[in-house]
Amino acid sequence: MSLNVSNLTVHHGAICAISQVSLAVPTGKLAAIIGSNGAGKTTLLRTLSGLKNPSSGSMMWMGEKIVGIKPEALVRRGISHVSEGKSVIPELTVRENLELGAIWRRNAKESKESIDQVVSIFPRLGERIKQRADTLSGGERQMLAIGRAIMSKPKLLLLDEPSLGLAPLVVEQIFQTIRDLTTSMNLTVLLVEQNAMGALKIADLGIVLNLGKVVAVNHAQALIDDPAVRAAYLGY
Amino acid sequence: MDLLNTFLIGVTAGTIYGLMAISMVLVWRSTRVVNFAQAGMALLSTYFGYEAVTRLGSFWIALPVAMIGGALVAALVEMILIRLLVKHSTSGPIAGVAPIIATLGLLGVIRSVSAMIWGGQDVRIVGPVSNDGFTINGTTLVFSPLKLLILVTVLVLMLILSIVFQKTNIGLALRASAHAPEIARLSGVKVDWVRTLGWALSGAAGAVAGMFQTVNGNGTLSPDSIEFSLLLVSGFIAAVIGGLDSMIGAVIGGLVLGLMISFVLMYVSSGLFFIAPFVILLTVLFIRPQGLFGAKAARRA
Repeated sequence: MSLNVSNLTVHHGAICAISQVSLAVPTGKLAAIIGSNGAGKTTLLRTLSGLKNPSSGSMMWMGEKIVGIKPEALVRRGISHVSEGKSVIPELTVRENLELGAIWRRNAKESKESIDQVVSIFPRLGERIKQRADTLSGGERQMLAIGRAIMSKPKLLLLDEPSLGLAPLVVEQIFQTIRDLTTSMNLTVLLVEQNAMGALKIADLGIVLNLGKVVAVNHAQALIDDPAVRAAYLGY
Repeated sequence: MDLLNTFLIGVTAGTIYGLMAISMVLVWRSTRVVNFAQAGMALLSTYFGYEAVTRLGSFWIALPVAMIGGALVAALVEMILIRLLVKHSTSGPIAGVAPIIATLGLLGVIRSVSAMIWGGQDVRIVGPVSNDGFTINGTTLVFSPLKLLILVTVLVLMLILSIVFQKTNIGLALRASAHAPEIARLSGVKVDWVRTLGWALSGAAGAVAGMFQTVNGNGTLSPDSIEFSLLLVSGFIAAVIGGLDSMIGAVIGGLVLGLMISFVLMYVSSGLFFIAPFVILLTVLFIRPQGLFGAKAARRA
């Protein structure tokens, strides 16, 4: 298991956002985390990337404890977090947003190679490389956000609602790309989604959160077939 | 000839105000604090420059000494005072205001301390070249070799600063941390360190503005001199006119202010010396509350 979380509890002030959450994701697998609003999905990702400190519990990544380590240090250990709502910097150009992802590597040549790699994955970004990010469409921004994460050479990718606010066709594209990247780069991925069906379809395993607790963990397909999950989260 | 004179004086003063405005913008961008102590820090750096010029005899050695001194003072202020205040003032009615009020207090402290060390009499900094005006066709301008030198030096420094910001990784880290600190951190930028760097750059820019403001005036320096009050007021107003967030805006704000003051003094009344900048500020704020170069939407803090 490359990612191992046990008994994780996180508070926002006095409110308990997630409580005693345990989960494990093997290397190279894509885990979809589904659940309704306020289930604690975003909090879980923010805690994993170091933006938020847990109240108790442990988080292990590649056999090492990562509780209390800052986000800027976790990036250097291969953890990349694409936060909610198209996490790009609108005032910077597409190229600068990408360069930012590789900035800690301090290697101009590697950074250039990574840009070529991202452009080959998202040719649209290549066409718009000199434009400011605020001129991009919603889908292109999400590509850029994922591209920036790839620039950091991640081993663990944390994606928070990449489908938010995108047209159905674009959502399908983005999901397919996430699936392809997981396989081709041997990434471990945690994908938080409201679009439960779309996420489970591309995932290896599914984790259902409700009111800050894990209520189901199973193979993604098994969750799709589970009548209770279907009724509660897939809407049929 | 009057017209040319007035224009050139305005431009020279304007670039100094612009530099002071840049130093306020750098602080605003890195910590979202309006730093009223900026002119005080510039004053202190200028005293460092005075010490260097007195002991070593060269303005061109004193200038970098002042810049380094200014950078260190600013970095310390950020690390010791501002970082603590920003961290601890997250709730309550004075949350957002506490760091700003603290900078007002700091301005007072710096002025008093400077007065204790250097006060009593005006000290003098001699400029590197003559401040006697050029003579063209028998007419002597106010525009002098010193003013030309100030103009060129400030423009070169601004050019270097803009290259650093646009073309280097440090510049990218500074801009990313200013616009979106969380995304910067998630990309591996050590934002705390970058903030300190922003303050240090600001301190260095303020030091140059202080040194030039002194030699461009009558060369004397005192904690309550009119030159430094003008630097504080003009730097702040130029930054606000420019939108507080934009370096180009700061430069243009400085130039607009320098030219307006110069023309008002020449053609309207010299009694409006301290009123003119505020009239310009209010006019701009009425027409464009976000400043000439500010983004329309309020930025996420």
